[in-house]
Amino acid sequence: MIEIESVTKAYGGVRVLDDVSLTIPTGGITSLIGANGAGKSTLLSVAARLLPADSGRVRVDGMDVATTPGPVLARRLAVLRQENAMSVRLTVRELVAFGRFPHSGGRLTREDHRLVDEAMAWFELGPLADRHLDQLSGGQRQRAYVAMVMCQGTDHVLLDEPLNNLDMRHAVQMMRMLRGMADELGRTVVLVVHDVNVASCYSDRIVAMREGQLVAEGPTDELMTPELLRKVFDVEVEVHELAGRRIGVPWS
Amino acid sequence: MQRRHVAVALAALVLAAFASLFLGVSDLTPADLVDPDEAQARVLWTSRVPRLLAILLAGSAMAVAGLVMMHLTRNRFVSPQTAGTTEWVGLGIVVATLWFGGTSVLGKMSIGVLFALAGTAFFVWLLQRMVLTDVVVVPLVGILLGGVVSAATTFLAYRFDLLQSMDVWMNGDFSGVLAGRYELLWLVLAATVVAYLWADRFSVAGMGESFAINLGVPYTRVVMVGLAIASVVTAIVVVSVGSIPFLGLVVPNLVTLAMGDNLRRVLPVTALTGAAFVLACDVLARTIRYPYEVPVGMIGGVIGGVLFIWLLLRARKRAL
Repeated sequence: MIEIESVTKAYGGVRVLDDVSLTIPTGGITSLIGANGAGKSTLLSVAARLLPADSGRVRVDGMDVATTPGPVLARRLAVLRQENAMSVRLTVRELVAFGRFPHSGGRLTREDHRLVDEAMAWFELGPLADRHLDQLSGGQRQRAYVAMVMCQGTDHVLLDEPLNNLDMRHAVQMMRMLRGMADELGRTVVLVVHDVNVASCYSDRIVAMREGQLVAEGPTDELMTPELLRKVFDVEVEVHELAGRRIGVPWS
Repeated sequence: MQRRHVAVALAALVLAAFASLFLGVSDLTPADLVDPDEAQARVLWTSRVPRLLAILLAGSAMAVAGLVMMHLTRNRFVSPQTAGTTEWVGLGIVVATLWFGGTSVLGKMSIGVLFALAGTAFFVWLLQRMVLTDVVVVPLVGILLGGVVSAATTFLAYRFDLLQSMDVWMNGDFSGVLAGRYELLWLVLAATVVAYLWADRFSVAGMGESFAINLGVPYTRVVMVGLAIASVVTAIVVVSVGSIPFLGLVVPNLVTLAMGDNLRRVLPVTALTGAAFVLACDVLARTIRYPYEVPVGMIGGVIGGVLFIWLLLRARKRAL
């Protein structure tokens, strides 16, 4: 469970997060949606202690992220940012193995190796195991990063735009894998997603933000309405039921 | 496969190191080792062995210092010699000589270490405040900074008539290494071992701040410790034997080009290669004008320079 209590964050006088309070329950996929600059990424970064909040606090399983020792929190919560410009030349296996660092401190046990193999198999990275990251396509690299984060074995997994760089096939594949992480492995997955329909089709809960403030949060079905989407994105969106899923169509 | 390569390289280095003991004006052959006369024993233990140890220690430590620095600044062209660290040590040596009565090696070394730490910290502070778009700009800033510091050093040395001594201090040269005058170099071995123990942390920090925080690694502290290690090693080596140009830049680049960037794997090979590079340069320096010597720094500058240009061209070809 992630508890966010009146978190505020400002950049140069502009409030990017304005008194946001939110509880993300254990289990399932929660998607943060909102227009560009709504504060989704900032909220995710603050929750994952990549950014300090100006005021308020975030607790993960009751632990304050600002004060809990780094290695302790790294075994409970993993995060992947959107921009991962990495100049380090590692093989896919080496990168994924670094996910075990919080547990093993670099000396991998047999169990660690098993988990590394498992994460690579999960993201279908086996054939790429010994390739260097700079030899991969953007989509393959993205999968390798997410595999590393999964290999960290944390209850909470926070991902900022994990579908970046992915084509349609790989985007669907990635969402299925994340769905599996939530359903089969019982992880709590929190995503920043810019495509409302991805959020609608794959997540259990939606958190909608606008101009640094929380607009609404709740089960996906309750939030996928024309009224809410208009409020969040400032554009008319029709919502249609298609094969049991709610699809928003803004091109009317 | 890779393990076997390393073993072969290690064996070659040991052989070359052993052979280098018998290179010099005084007669000493491997056969003499069995039953050396007094003069031969003295040559061996006061000159040849200390010189070899100094070469191996300085070469391995400087290469590792360069590797750590390039990793933590996330820039392949940053090394103690392109970040101005070497020049700060030079300034420290002159300041120690002028105002702290620093004729003792220990005195020069302490001031040199302080200047290297402060100078490297200043370089990093500058980097954090600049918006840089090109990887080549970072080492350029370092080289510019080094140029300014070096100008100040030359000015001081000129005013106080130290120019000639300064030249001797700064230019890498192992001919002055004698028992009793190089032992502080063992400190760099300790620094190299610490760097190895922290290799994974440096790898993680090299991935960037958010990766490091995610994996529970205290980013700022790791970067500071790594840069401090590199600075201290540079200061000790420069004060003891002088500067060997390009060593900290070319060797780590060659090794990581072949083996990737996982520091735990790469660091021992970098240390070996650095030692081998300096040994080869020193052997050349001793034989090229035999029985006279040229400074090893000069040989290192020529070979390292050529390798560096090759690296740059190769990097460009890869980018196209």
